[in-house]
Amino acid sequence: MASKFFLIAQREYLTRVRKKAFIVLTLAVPLLLAAFGFIIAKVASSDNDTTDVVEVRDDSGLNVASRLASTPQLRFEAATGTLAEAKKGFLKAKHDGLVYLPTGLDVEKPTGVQFFGKGNISLKKQLAVESALNKAFSELKMQKSGLTQDQLDRLRSKVDMQAVSLDETGKEANSNALATSGVSYALALAIYMFIFIYGVQIMRGVGEEKSSRIMEVMLSSVKPFDLMMGKIVGIAAVGLTQFLLWGVLSFGVSSVVLPLLTGKEKPKTEVAAGTAAPGAAATAADNDEPQSAGERFDKSMEAQKQQPVMTGRFKAFEALANLPLGTILFGFIAYFLGGYLLYGALFGAVGAAVDDQTDTQQFMFPITMPLILSYIVGVSVILRNPDGPVAFWMSMFPLTSPIAMVIRLPFGVPMWQLGLSVFLLILGFVGTVWVAARIYRVGVLMYGKKVTYKELGKWMFYKG
Amino acid sequence: MKPILEAIDVRKAYANHVALSGVSLEIPEGSIFGLLGPNGAGKTSLIRIITQITGADEGEIRFRGEKLNPSHIAQIGYLPEERGLYKKMKVGEQLLYLAQLRGLTKADATARIKQWLNRFEIKEWAGKNVEDLSKGMQQKVQFIATVLHDPKLIILDEPFSGFDPINANLIKDEILELRKQGATIIFSTHRMESVEEMCDNIALINRSRKVLDGPIELIRNQFKTNTYEVEGRGKLILAHPDFEVIEQKERENGHFYARVQLHDGVRPNDLLRYLIGAVEVESFREKIPSINEIFIRRVGETMPETLVEETA
Repeated sequence: MASKFFLIAQREYLTRVRKKAFIVLTLAVPLLLAAFGFIIAKVASSDNDTTDVVEVRDDSGLNVASRLASTPQLRFEAATGTLAEAKKGFLKAKHDGLVYLPTGLDVEKPTGVQFFGKGNISLKKQLAVESALNKAFSELKMQKSGLTQDQLDRLRSKVDMQAVSLDETGKEANSNALATSGVSYALALAIYMFIFIYGVQIMRGVGEEKSSRIMEVMLSSVKPFDLMMGKIVGIAAVGLTQFLLWGVLSFGVSSVVLPLLTGKEKPKTEVAAGTAAPGAAATAADNDEPQSAGERFDKSMEAQKQQPVMTGRFKAFEALANLPLGTILFGFIAYFLGGYLLYGALFGAVGAAVDDQTDTQQFMFPITMPLILSYIVGVSVILRNPDGPVAFWMSMFPLTSPIAMVIRLPFGVPMWQLGLSVFLLILGFVGTVWVAARIYRVGVLMYGKKVTYKELGKWMFYKG
Repeated sequence: MKPILEAIDVRKAYANHVALSGVSLEIPEGSIFGLLGPNGAGKTSLIRIITQITGADEGEIRFRGEKLNPSHIAQIGYLPEERGLYKKMKVGEQLLYLAQLRGLTKADATARIKQWLNRFEIKEWAGKNVEDLSKGMQQKVQFIATVLHDPKLIILDEPFSGFDPINANLIKDEILELRKQGATIIFSTHRMESVEEMCDNIALINRSRKVLDGPIELIRNQFKTNTYEVEGRGKLILAHPDFEVIEQKERENGHFYARVQLHDGVRPNDLLRYLIGAVEVESFREKIPSINEIFIRRVGETMPETLVEETA
């Protein structure tokens, strides 16, 4: 019997993996992802790299202009000529704005300051200019109250806060909420996508067997349970293959694309060579990337006259390393497989219950509902409060726990909760597989009948 | 001959109807067995129990004296009424897959597939996708899939319903050949005339019950009504102390056709002697009832409403 199960899983796997659609999709997705990432990175970096130049026409006599601190993103320059001339001048010089400080400006109550820009002024630009002005005015006020320039310089500070998480034993670890959330999000998305994409494939596969009328031939050779589980396992193998290839290819492609992004200063020929030989580019990228990022980071540090040695990137990595990696890995695999088996069996049952693919909707809804819900609630509520009651209950209920629990995992979950949840998940999938197998057994040979929920209930109690 | 399959008081009920109420059968080894009856009589239910797709609620099936179990799957070949193939699979791969599921090794299956494809002269199809084949081609492939593992018992549910006449003849020849090699064949059909001439034994099933079974010649003789068909020239008198003319048709040029039933104790030679004196006899033969007629007679006695819809 075991060999029949293997034969079925093997067929499900091979027929799918050999399909053109599989090959095309497997190749296209990493390329699309890379292209998408490239565009985002390009947009983001162009946003950061450009420096807005704002001219300042200072008629206040308070010498505010000299106190406006330039940052890498915003540079202040003195305007020339009268206000009217300056208004035309900054447009002609292709500068981004003009700040006008009128005469008789009161340090205590600075009103009447104007900011001219071309067309609509972005909020970001406005806020940056406002904050520079605020800083300048507070300095003026402080100086007025008797502080020397030297004292002022020393007052200026930038707080660099480091979040430290304490575990029960009092051990300290760098906590990086962003990195942790990122891991949670990625794990949840992987499980969600996997269940959806391949769950629907199970349903379609069963539907095809039913509509092609091969079911009865099959069932005279194998047990319906073997047929269903063989399909579920075979398709899981297809999914794992696809995910693995996506992972490897995405890594490969990003290794080629990243140097294009970070290695902008490098001669063009080298980049071209890199594209021609992806292997070489990958190693080159590994070496170059942290260095150039470090360079850029150093530059910005210098500009802000800042001191910390630890780079943000390094901190994120350290935070990742401090995550309960063993637990995450174990949990991810457990919930990935458990969730897939549980939902896969249900999708299979739906495929078996209906004649026509268009009839699947009414049965799909109650299955996809908890899946979608756990994902939406997961990335909103649970991600924000991974130890709250919503997080707890959803990570216990087997239909929602595969997603809810993996979101919680990186934040640390008490062992008893993890154990209980896995136990309930196992109960859940044994239960759903049992139910699905019974629906499947009856449904696959049932033709030309509109199936209702009541009918499905009856099938459960049919004798072999 | 020893039965290859026995059904002993098999009962099966579904939620809203009884499919089989106490059916017992014996299928002799090496015979062609007709499982006959109208649609919904319970034939497919019985077959699904024999092929172990479902189980009986009560009763037992014995395969060569053993209680039916999964080890017998390899010895049974089944062509269901609802038959199909994986559309996106190549013919060769599909046959290999189905044969392996029936317990053949890969090497064994490959050799037999080659042999069968050659026998049907379709070896160039092996690399074709099933969906690219015509319906008639698919039927051949389905038949090969049914017999590929050299089953001792072959069950064909409505075998000729989907087949075109040429393929139907081909399949008939193959079935006779398979029987010669020792296989037992069960035909299940509601179109009795389609298998009548091939069957050695039959069982009639109606409304979940076995109505009648046994060797086909025995049954026919049992249902003989001492009626003779006469063709000739002239005219028969309708009433005679020895016989009764049930039907007489006049044809052109003074020819006639008549069905004549003899009274008890009268022998055919008595009728013949009379006929020779009265008319010019062109043909004279005993009217042996067809299974269809027997069925209608048998079932019609108990529930006449079935004849109209089911035997049309």
